[in-house]
Amino acid sequence: MKILYFAWLRTRIGLGEEDVDPPSEVRTVGELIEWLKGRGPGYASAFAQASMVRAAVDQDYATPDRLLKSATEVAFFPPVTGGVGR
Amino acid sequence: MIRIQTEDFDPGVELALLGPGRTDIGGVASFVGLVRGGGDGVGAMTLEHYPGMTERQLDSIADEARRRWAVLDLRIVHRFGRLLPGERIVFVAVAASHRQDAFAACEFLVDWLKTKAPFWKLEDRGGSSEWVAARAEDDVRAARWEQKR
Repeated sequence: MKILYFAWLRTRIGLGEEDVDPPSEVRTVGELIEWLKGRGPGYASAFAQASMVRAAVDQDYATPDRLLKSATEVAFFPPVTGGVGR
Repeated sequence: MIRIQTEDFDPGVELALLGPGRTDIGGVASFVGLVRGGGDGVGAMTLEHYPGMTERQLDSIADEARRRWAVLDLRIVHRFGRLLPGERIVFVAVAASHRQDAFAACEFLVDWLKTKAPFWKLEDRGGSSEWVAARAEDDVRAARWEQKR
């Protein structure tokens, strides 16, 4: 499974993308976050505030209860700030 | 037509490209977003996005606009990369038979783009840089459209 990180999640974790092979008991986006947190202090810091992290599964927004099933690409990022002005 | 690019765009050229050859367009509403500098000390900014998902989300926002209003053509151009105050970031234009559809769809696209397109801003602030947090106000503006229609 390919995992992508954007904005400050990328800078805290120290990489923009990686291939991971989580154990079979990791079935949802939320469980994947918990599993990733155990991979090091950068991950723990990036995912410390769950309310500040958004996820996408195969390029569509996903909530923590979303099943990973046959997902090929999961992305984590802060709330988006596109468009114009502030 | 939806484009994501680092280069600047010419709003006049983009406007002229709407609905080529059509005679049923009664009006075109457009919006150009700029990097605002000045008072709050924002220098340059770098816009990061999620290639692939950005196009997918913009396509879906455009489909939603077409579903809600009688849109004859639309164009969205969104830049990413390093941008300076005064530079253009985004172009949105909608062509319709009647101005109400053009105005409403254009405003809808700009509001939804802010909360649904995966872009993040890193601002230069006097030597350091800071990721811009999303604003609750933008969610409120986008949510207005959840109730309409």
